[in-house]
This record gives sequence, C-alpha cells and structure tokens, in this order.
Amino acid sequence: MKFTEEHEWLKVEGDLVVVGITEHAAEALGDVVFVDLKDAGLTVAKGDEVAVIESVKAASDILAPLDGEVVEVNPALGDNPALVNEDPMGKAWFFKMKVADLSALDGFMDEDAYKAMIG
Amino acid sequence: MTDLKRTGLYDLHLRLGAKMVPFAGYDMPVQYPMGVMKEHLHTRSAAGLFDVGHMGQVILRAKSGQVEDAALALERLVPVDVLGLGVNRQRYAMFTNDAGGILDDLMVANRGDHLFLVVNAACKQADVAHLKAHLSDDCEVTEITDRGLLALQGPTAEAALSALVPGAAAMRFMDVGSFDWQGIPLWISRSGYTGEDGYEISVPDTHVTALAEALLARTGVAPIGLGARDSLRLEAGMCLYGHDIDTTTTPVEANLTWAIQKARRTGGAREGGFPGASRILRELAEGPSRRRVGLRPEGRAPLREGVAILDAAEGGAQIGTICSGGFGPSIEGPMAMAYLPSSLKEGDTVWGDLRGKRVPVVISPMPFHPTNYKR
Repeated sequence: MKFTEEHEWLKVEGDLVVVGITEHAAEALGDVVFVDLKDAGLTVAKGDEVAVIESVKAASDILAPLDGEVVEVNPALGDNPALVNEDPMGKAWFFKMKVADLSALDGFMDEDAYKAMIG
Repeated sequence: MTDLKRTGLYDLHLRLGAKMVPFAGYDMPVQYPMGVMKEHLHTRSAAGLFDVGHMGQVILRAKSGQVEDAALALERLVPVDVLGLGVNRQRYAMFTNDAGGILDDLMVANRGDHLFLVVNAACKQADVAHLKAHLSDDCEVTEITDRGLLALQGPTAEAALSALVPGAAAMRFMDVGSFDWQGIPLWISRSGYTGEDGYEISVPDTHVTALAEALLARTGVAPIGLGARDSLRLEAGMCLYGHDIDTTTTPVEANLTWAIQKARRTGGAREGGFPGASRILRELAEGPSRRRVGLRPEGRAPLREGVAILDAAEGGAQIGTICSGGFGPSIEGPMAMAYLPSSLKEGDTVWGDLRGKRVPVVISPMPFHPTNYKR
C-alpha cells in the first residue's frame, strides 16, 4: 500500500489502483455525513477532484492521485457515509482507477514514510 | 497562539482528551473522544456538560438599591420588558444600536436586588463598556471574572444536578436561583442553548473543576464540546451571534419579535426608548423586507455558512446567503438559516449553490428538532 501527502491510500488490485483515505484523515475529518462521488467513466488528470467528503465539520476534496480513468466508484458510500469513519482503510474505498503505468506508484510514500509524516 | 485565554476547566478538558481550538479568544474544547455526532445525540438522549465559562457574567445593580431601577435603566439599551421580569426569572434580550442592529444577544435574570446578565464571549468587553457608558449614572456595572459557567443539558440533567443540589428539580424553565453545594454558592438558571431541558450553573472558579467532575460522575453525563453545541443550537433554531445576528440585522428581521414584549411596542406602557426604536417599531408594524428563515436542503449534503441562495433552479438571482448551516444529527439531514425576502413563505422552494450545483432547499419551520423544556 502507498500513501499520498493528501492522506489518501493507494492499493494495486489487478491492473487497477484503489483509492481511499487514511484512518488519520478520517479521524481528522470527524463524522462523515455525505460523500459526493463523480460518476465512473471519468477521465482525470492528477489533482482533479473526484469526490467531496462532507463531515459534521467541513467539506474536503478527494483528488485523483494520478492521471487515468475512474472505472468504478464505491456505491456503499452513498448509502452509508459513516463507513468512512468505521472502516476507512477497507470497505470505505472511494474509487478504482486505470492508470497508464502502475510503476508511477513507486513515487509515493510507503507506510513508514507516511507514519513519519503524520508524526 | 500563546495569548489565548483559558477557562477554569482547561486542565480537565485536556485530561478528558478534548481537541482544543481557539474560540472568541479562548482555548476551548471543540470535541472530546466521543466525537461531534455522538456528543450531539448523547445530549438529546441523556445529558451533556458544556464549559461556557468563556461567556461574560455581569451584575447590574442600581445605585438606589432597587432592582426596578436597574431594570428601567437596562430597558434604555434593550427592546425587552425587563421591569416586568419577576424575581428569580430570566429572559432573552438583545442590545440594539441606533440603526436597529444587534450589538449582542444575552440572558437577563432578576436576582431580587440586582440583575444578572450572561453575554457572548466575543462581545463581553464591548458589552461591559456599553453598559458603563450608558448606565453608570444610575447603576453599578460589575463584570464577574472569578466564576466559571457550566451548562448541563438533556433529559437526564435534572436527575444529575438534583442529586447534588436537591432544589434544582423544582425549578421551571427560565427560573433562576441561588443554591449551596458543599458550602459553595451556585447561581443556577433552568435554561440553556440546545433546545433541551437543563441548567446553566455559575460557580466560583475555585470549585468549577470539582463541580464539573461531580456532575460527570453521575450516570449519563458526558462532556460535550463546541462542535455539538453548534449543531444542537442550530437544530433548536437558535441564533449564533456574529453569524445569524449582528449589527446589520434587526431583531424583527432576525425573527426574534417574540423577545420584544408588548410593553415596549407601539401603544405599550413603555413604548420605544431603546436604540433603533424607530426602525424596529416600524418593522414590527409594517413587516421587514427580509426575514431569518429555516431551510431544509434536499438530500444529505450540508449547505454551510456562505452558500448563496437563489430563486431559480437555473439562472435567476441571488436572494440571500446562508448564515448558519450544517448537518443535524437528530434530524438526520442538513439544515440551515438564511435571511430571505419576506415575500417567501414556509414550504416555498429556493436553491442553494453547492460547488456550482443547484440544490433544492425548502423554507421550513424552526426549531428543526422539537424543544424539550420543563415548563
């Protein structure tokens, strides 16, 4: 698993990259009440907004970590946004994307580096 | 931020694991480990203990010694019937300015030989200066700086407090009284800002932590932060000064006309005589051009402060801006307030601009969640 500076985790699943937010991020956001996800099929550039998370405190963007195509979004988040707090690293994945080259993931932090970043 | 002030409960907040944030110049708990959503629901189902020691406590005493003279003096600054307030009773009031705007909102209690005021933290210095500037000829204005203030709110608040202070159970909504707890003088009101039954308790700083711990030791009492305090008051339809009311909003526009009693209205025994009376009395008679209303956005996305309200699903014009908005844990949906043209009625649909998308919003009665006071 890899991690971004925006507190997203990235996991390779076959030829896709699964994207979610870290436990640290979920805790900082507080209780999530709504997740606004773009539709699958969207072509995105790195840094494009793919989802907005609304918590009791504030709205936060989920950005595309890489260029690619969003091929699947997690329907469970629409029905149960609290999943983001309950299982951020597992069931509450946000989207799966197809990227040109999976080796691009090598540029992201591993778990130790991420833990060092959040202190 | 080394210049933030602390209430007497600061160390207790840290021991309880609070996340602290700056609020009105104080370092205050925004939430405890329970989290905003659970803290909110806990207050509605059991009891929540809030530190409101950042708020201002002020005693107004007439030089004549008569509380009626203090009441008449204060009436020069508020559009409220203070003289008609019975002994050991409290009511809501607001300081107005010459333009009819609101300088602050407050609670006024008649404590027999003096008036006791509780004002907002962010406004307290200005309020005390305002009181002194206008009332010093007749009154002594004393800010109380050596007492903390606790709010205990929720359906089990009565059981929790009356275990320590038996007399508290007999109080009715908006009663105030002096009580003794282990030799410590408490000034208690049966009121709060959550829509629930409960109390606000003024206690000497020397014993505020001991009292808070004694209350937290009672079954069902949990510490609650400012995050849940905000969602609780918004569900109850109550105004937050600096957001929903300020110097640019009149009490009539703010839909606070229930707080302007007959005695101060046109034809009343003490008609007018407060700053901004001409505008406020005119708006009472003719209606304001805009009014604070409740809004229920469709779906689950919260529309927060600053979101533009428009009069059409496409195109159209902006007709207002959300002044408070968020997610209501008890109503399980988003809620907001805004000032909208008075021509709009409850049940009408308007639209909120959420990141470029128009969300239908229905003008709705407040409170959003029914209040639960002990009348």
